[in-house]
Amino acid sequence: MAKVEDKPEGARAGRSALSDERLRELFREMLLIRRFEEKVEERFRAGELPGFLHVAIGQEAVASGVMAALEPDDVIASTHRAHGHTIAKGTHVNAVMAELYGKQEGCSGGYGGSMHLYDLAKGNLGANAVVGGGLPAITGAALAFQFRKQPRVAVAFFGDGATNTGTFHESLNLAQLWKVPALFVLEMNAWAESTPMSQHAPIEDFAQRAVAFGMRSIDVDGQNVEDVYEATRKARQHAVSGQGPVFLNIRTYRLVGHYIGDPQVYREKSELEELRETKDPIELLRGRLRIGDDEFEALDTEIEAIVEGSVEFAKAGTDPKPEDALKYVYA
Amino acid sequence: MPELTYREAVRDALSSAMRSDDEVFIMGEDIAEMGGSMGVTQGMLAEFGPERVRNTPISEIAIVGTGIGAAMQGMRPVVEIMYQDFLTLSMEQLVNQAAKHRTMSGGQLKVPLTIRTQGGAGWSPGAQHAQQLESWFVHVPGLKVVFPSTPEDVRGLLWSSIYDDNTVIFFEHRLLYPLKGPVPDEIEPIPLGKARVMRDGSDVTVIAIGRMVPEALQAAEEAAKEGISVEVIDPRTLLPLDEETIIASVKKTTRAVTAHEAVTRGGFGAELAAVIQQGAFDYLDAPIERVGAKFAPLAFAPAMEQWVVPHAADVLEAVKRTVARS
Repeated sequence: MAKVEDKPEGARAGRSALSDERLRELFREMLLIRRFEEKVEERFRAGELPGFLHVAIGQEAVASGVMAALEPDDVIASTHRAHGHTIAKGTHVNAVMAELYGKQEGCSGGYGGSMHLYDLAKGNLGANAVVGGGLPAITGAALAFQFRKQPRVAVAFFGDGATNTGTFHESLNLAQLWKVPALFVLEMNAWAESTPMSQHAPIEDFAQRAVAFGMRSIDVDGQNVEDVYEATRKARQHAVSGQGPVFLNIRTYRLVGHYIGDPQVYREKSELEELRETKDPIELLRGRLRIGDDEFEALDTEIEAIVEGSVEFAKAGTDPKPEDALKYVYA
Repeated sequence: MPELTYREAVRDALSSAMRSDDEVFIMGEDIAEMGGSMGVTQGMLAEFGPERVRNTPISEIAIVGTGIGAAMQGMRPVVEIMYQDFLTLSMEQLVNQAAKHRTMSGGQLKVPLTIRTQGGAGWSPGAQHAQQLESWFVHVPGLKVVFPSTPEDVRGLLWSSIYDDNTVIFFEHRLLYPLKGPVPDEIEPIPLGKARVMRDGSDVTVIAIGRMVPEALQAAEEAAKEGISVEVIDPRTLLPLDEETIIASVKKTTRAVTAHEAVTRGGFGAELAAVIQQGAFDYLDAPIERVGAKFAPLAFAPAMEQWVVPHAADVLEAVKRTVARS
């Protein structure tokens, strides 16, 4: 019988299977994602990045916590807000930044851009610019794992806005019907672009949508990386043991606008300021790990240099030849 | 040469691929116990079991999208969309996902998925079970589009589609299923992108697809009685298109007629006409004629239905119009 579960036991008791050392690694990764996103904002505003961009400031613990619980040959499909997922799945920031600059050295060779980051070698089947668009292929990848009897999971990321699409419902229905090893990771930041949850869904608890298919659902605090890790670990075990897919109902906060430059006329400035003070996953983890100012400064300086290095790498990259646009239309 | 019906030929290609390759499987609505709404997959459940002959919910997004995901892992799924009208439900997955993953990933991914579907007028199915939508997909870079008209071609081309590394939309015509024709003893794969000259002629070239191929052949017989020699070409694959064979034929005959059951406006005949005028403009002795359905959702009553869709007589009239010009 499917049910909505409470927080994972480990996290509730204030501990997880993560060692202090591993947690510090995750802290470092989350900070890397944050500084990367800030740099992306800066370079976009400087007019260096084509297209338009969505950053995941505030949602770093989801990316890092989920990926930490996956095995290297597990696969993911990401969303338009993909930089954090991609970095946490193992793609070097140089390759991500080079993609944002449209260079051949980018993780999609300059063909994809911010919303189409791919890295097949790292198990990243691609970020998707169509809300909900990547979910059916995750059900399909999981079906292939089931066919081949491989102990792997396929993981779809999506936001609360996506749960209103037919794509979401059809993907979850079939995944549960066939009990394929898939994880459906809802990053519930309560905004569908500029539209609040109250205007886009008649319910507040999206776990109900998974439970309606008979799917196991776990509630997760998305600002707590240990909680995310524990829930994902548990979900992964469930899925690879043949018991079917799991829905991770993760509450998180988008501490920025929908896209870079979004004036956010739809929410109060004070609300955002309060969230930034109380819901920043990096600050929360820093407090738990008791990382002092000196240690933090040293780490931050090191990370800033890595991120700055990614910009230099990207700028020094190779521009694709215009006619290469036709190179991969067919295999 | 043994004979098979078009239906049996499709089944033979599917079964042969599944016998020799564990990575090939089929899924779709009512394809298992029922054997498909057209009976194409009859008996396959008994041979291959429910894991590889998978009944799905009525869920076209998931049918196509799950096929995409399995194909991205290197499997070779063949999914069935019961009627091509229902392809419209899965358009996002076809157009934004299957067709684009390879380019968007900079060549990292392949989607070797085959989508079989069928349709066609002639039995009063009404407006939502008989459209011919092949031209929609010819407009999408990254997809391949196949529409065979004979048992031999449907078998050889389906085999090639399954083993193509790209997503192929494979159109079958409902009225062709019972037609018998000779096939080679063993499956001979037919390369995608090669047209077949169905009948040699010297006065007019008719380029026909699907049901209009047998209709065009019938029209050619009639025309011959009146001393008009008609060449009939079936492109078989619409994307990629064998432009060379078509242009060479029109250079020889100096006249061209296109024929498909889909509505004329915006239909594949428009693309063929553009290819012909570009490649053989100086050879043309008459405007290119297009034969297709009249521009209306298909009406139910048989008299209306038959009036809307084209037949051999329409092809014959078009042929005569081209000849009358010179």
